[in-house]
Amino acid sequence: MKPPPFDHHAPETLEEALEVLARTGEDAKVLAGGQSLIPLLNMRLAAPAHLVDINRVASLDTLEVTEEGVRIGALARHARVERSAQAAATQPLLRAALRHVAHPVIRNRGTVVGSLAHADPAAELPAVLALLEGTVEAASVAGRRTIGAAEFFAGPLESSLRPGELATGAFFPALPANAGIAFAEVARRHGDYAMAGAAALVTVDEDQRVSSARVAYLSVAATPLVLDLTGVLERRPPVTCDWAAAAAYARDHMDTDEDIHASAEYRRHLAGVLTERVLRAAAQQAL
Amino acid sequence: MTEIGLTVNGVLRAASAEPRRLLSDFLRHDLGLTGTHVGCEHGVCGCCTVLFDGEPVRSCLMFAVTAAGHEVTTVEGLGAGGMSPVQRAFQDCHGLQCGFCTPGFLCTVTALLRDNPRPSEDEVLEGISGNLCRCTGYQNIIKAVHRAADLIAEESGEADR
Repeated sequence: MKPPPFDHHAPETLEEALEVLARTGEDAKVLAGGQSLIPLLNMRLAAPAHLVDINRVASLDTLEVTEEGVRIGALARHARVERSAQAAATQPLLRAALRHVAHPVIRNRGTVVGSLAHADPAAELPAVLALLEGTVEAASVAGRRTIGAAEFFAGPLESSLRPGELATGAFFPALPANAGIAFAEVARRHGDYAMAGAAALVTVDEDQRVSSARVAYLSVAATPLVLDLTGVLERRPPVTCDWAAAAAYARDHMDTDEDIHASAEYRRHLAGVLTERVLRAAAQQAL
Repeated sequence: MTEIGLTVNGVLRAASAEPRRLLSDFLRHDLGLTGTHVGCEHGVCGCCTVLFDGEPVRSCLMFAVTAAGHEVTTVEGLGAGGMSPVQRAFQDCHGLQCGFCTPGFLCTVTALLRDNPRPSEDEVLEGISGNLCRCTGYQNIIKAVHRAADLIAEESGEADR
């Protein structure tokens, strides 16, 4: 339960960090909050030769909220984003989901961008980014690029970041007008990874009918699964929407796996229940 | 080996350690502060919780080298001038049995009550949800948190109930 040896690099600027990453390439891991990486090291499930500790790169410790959305720098801790009233007003799904990320003490240290880069299919924030069609900003000595959520999550614990690249920030688009969000998950114990979770974004038109409904799921597939349920809900007012049909559609459009926490069937059942729950709540909020 | 210096309980301390040295082990083995307990070493149990620049964090999920130059408060620093209100509340309410988890609870609760001096029952449950206790069944710990809130209020001369 002790980490294997590694070379520690503590750059103080982004340029230094990118230079070290360019030099160390595939042998390097980036250390930000460390709330996922250090357990992996302690359990010897990872043994990178180099650890690039970005905790001293002050320029990455940013949180910017504009009308367009919330831009979160690579060193912004979960707790900072969760407590930001501005961020919650612009995109309430962030706070709603962050409250389910582990425990408050872990959120003091863990970072939003780190959670995205870790790309755990059971984590909350990748599903949020996928639902909102947000982006990850990456930089390397070769330049910068912006990666859409759908492309960013390549597989379980696998992002499309290249060796030598650093995720410098992420952008979560603002909640549109006449829209509502909801987040729910089921875990055996509060703070554990969820057996299934769902986030919804529902929009209504001027006649208060559901004009768009999308749900993103965690813990049901290798990457965050996003389903568009707009068609199933037939553009009705929320009071007459057939939520059970949406739940059934969702269950039929996911290929869940079993593990020690839940059977594939139970996981699919939970996803259906959660679909109905988050859609109702998000539609109510949209009105 | 690297020389690592940080402020622990208000005192500047330094020792030499490998970069892979966890802050929890640095405190215990290199600085001799064995009040911080090590349980699971993957962030689940909360026994190793310390205050890092005032905020509770898992010392087993941070490298000492990352903590260099920062301020750490361990359980030894909570009761520097006699037991703190939180420590007395845990004693009064029998909020511990074997005591292994207690240093982590004390650090977590100290920060919780600093940020939220009168937490609701749900806020207490949420606040301590990341700390495991295998003895007490938590009821007396929850009582101790409310009792500590009372003591802090009384002692700051603002008793409100």
